[in-house]
Amino acid sequence: MPRNEPTEVTDGWDGERSPRRRKAVRYGVPVAVAGVAAATIGLVPAFAGGSPDLPKISAQDLIAKVAKSDVQQLSGTVRVTTDLGLPSLPGAGGGAGGFGGAPGGGEKGGDDASAAPQKKLMELASGAHTLRVAVDGPDKQRVSIVDKAAEYSLVHHGKELWAYDSGSNTAVRSTAPDSRSGKEHRAPEGLPKDLKGATPQDLAKQALEAAGDTTSVTVDGTAKVAGRDAYQLLIKPKQTGSTVGSIRVAVDAETGTPLKFTLTPKSGGAAAVDVGFTNVDFAKPAASTFDFTPPKGAKVVDGDKERATAQRGHGKDAPSRKELAKDMGGMNVIGKGWTSIATIKGEGSGLPSGKDKGEGAGGDAAKFLDSIGEKANGSFGSGRFFSTRLVNALVTDNGTVYVGAVDKQSLINAANAAK
Amino acid sequence: MSQAEAARRTPRPLWSLGLLRSEIAMTFRRWRTLALLAVLAGVPVLVGIAVRIETGDGAPGGGGDGGAGGPAFLSQVTHNGLFLVFTSLAVTLPFFLPMSVGVIAGDSLAGEAHGGTLRYLLVAPAGRTRLLLVKYATTLTFCLVGTLVVALSALATGALLFPLGEVTLLSGTSVSFGEGLLRALAIAVAVALSLTGLAAVGLFVSTLTTSGIAAMATTVGLLITVQILDTIPQLDALQPYLFPHYWLSFADLLRDPVYWDQLQKNFGLQALYALVFGSAAWARFTTRDITA
Repeated sequence: MPRNEPTEVTDGWDGERSPRRRKAVRYGVPVAVAGVAAATIGLVPAFAGGSPDLPKISAQDLIAKVAKSDVQQLSGTVRVTTDLGLPSLPGAGGGAGGFGGAPGGGEKGGDDASAAPQKKLMELASGAHTLRVAVDGPDKQRVSIVDKAAEYSLVHHGKELWAYDSGSNTAVRSTAPDSRSGKEHRAPEGLPKDLKGATPQDLAKQALEAAGDTTSVTVDGTAKVAGRDAYQLLIKPKQTGSTVGSIRVAVDAETGTPLKFTLTPKSGGAAAVDVGFTNVDFAKPAASTFDFTPPKGAKVVDGDKERATAQRGHGKDAPSRKELAKDMGGMNVIGKGWTSIATIKGEGSGLPSGKDKGEGAGGDAAKFLDSIGEKANGSFGSGRFFSTRLVNALVTDNGTVYVGAVDKQSLINAANAAK
Repeated sequence: MSQAEAARRTPRPLWSLGLLRSEIAMTFRRWRTLALLAVLAGVPVLVGIAVRIETGDGAPGGGGDGGAGGPAFLSQVTHNGLFLVFTSLAVTLPFFLPMSVGVIAGDSLAGEAHGGTLRYLLVAPAGRTRLLLVKYATTLTFCLVGTLVVALSALATGALLFPLGEVTLLSGTSVSFGEGLLRALAIAVAVALSLTGLAAVGLFVSTLTTSGIAAMATTVGLLITVQILDTIPQLDALQPYLFPHYWLSFADLLRDPVYWDQLQKNFGLQALYALVFGSAAWARFTTRDITA
């Protein structure tokens, strides 16, 4: 028996109970606290996500509501999660070690273009990101990509477009109209157009444009998004070949502003694209939000000039882009709606496959391609599939490329038909 | 110290204050504590001198030169000494700070038990619960002091080696030096609060054993394990519940406007750890047999 039991003088409230029982009761406290916390973590989202009671609305009315919604001013936080099944891109946040190199400034220290917008927008194509958005009319917008201990801001005010990368302390200045068209041109192939205007509004508009007789649009209940009551618009392709399972757009019941956009691939699993406000405010953002003066000590790059030099330089060091541009000439689209397939005609050999490049290096290359691309055969000949969760591509041995958000069979059919 | 008051054997509220005061004084008079604080104060000096030598005679400018890799905010240090505070906290928070907190927290009860002084502390009518609270409060005081030592040492080094002036926030907005200082203070407090969860874990470990060394080693070992788990991508479902997961959210205080989301998660998580492990420590300590 222990010589000194716990001091009964001060802890006398449970003096009659046996020590063992008291022990059990006391250890119950941390267990209870942990249990309550776990229950709260588990249940609160379930309650918060409950569907609010809203008057019924037809799909058409809801679309009209979105169309005539004239929200000019808002600010909020947007969560972007993309899982396209692409390998994660270099520089995308979330690497091990976390706090070290700020993405962008990290891997290319001193690179003049590290603050260039298109690189940052590329990063949004994979992983999860938080954006802070503020809009005041068509002339004033600000988007900040919130990174770990770093931030990337795009500020559009009238004719000026500033991009500021805190990681490399670099500001890029461009003239707004130019930079916009520039962005269109330089947006990398394969990056879904959706990601360029990563606000729910833009996404919803594009989804509605894509609708037609190929699409079913219904209202599928209500939801609470960013603390606001919203209708859920459910958009489903009617065509069977599409890899798109469904698109869900949560529309704010009061203002008609799309608050959340979720694209689920037919293969199931996590959403391929999930963009939604976690927090939104329709008040006018402070005017100072859209003022940007490059901070003292920051490196200021003239984006317009930068672009001109870059384009000149690309003749030498980026033949792929040039080739791509050439190929674009021979591009045409088969089908319509969700199952449209882009075809890029190639002459001769597109990919080195064992037989046209002899046995040496070509054989190795073919082996490598076998490891990443799946072989395809059909009456068109043979080729390889390159697939992501949403987009599949078929590259035939004679170099023709079929790309679309369609399943592999549709690509083979398209290739056979073209034969 | 409080011997005279303790002799009266009637616990008064002031008594625990006296106990706290004597505990704090004892902790900060230990050579071990002073050595830990000296190491913490040395880190910003090292970082500052390294950055100074690296940028050498090249006048501050050319944002790209310090921008490659390294801890957060490092590239900004040459332009503004205040950024050394943020850099130093970012450098020390993952390991140095929590390690020293682990040492203090782990030693708090186990060390007394090992030295045979715990019995005497309990002879005084403090009560175990109160003694535990005092020990936890002492550890929390060390969290704050340790963080402030890093921040102040960084501020002094930064002011000596680099120019001070307007502070560029992560969003690209500039604020006055005064506001920058305020934000630095807020960051120091946020960092200190980030350590409260670990302090509670350390206290709990400390109630389990009578060996101070074992408790310290266990706490620091736990810290390292959890830090490693936090970087394994396959565990991302679990990671939001690991206590260091939101530690680096203190940088969100440097945004304009401040981004509270992660900070709130951090503080909530720390409070949860403090409650769970604090009450576990209480359950253990108030029912355990004190033989030493």
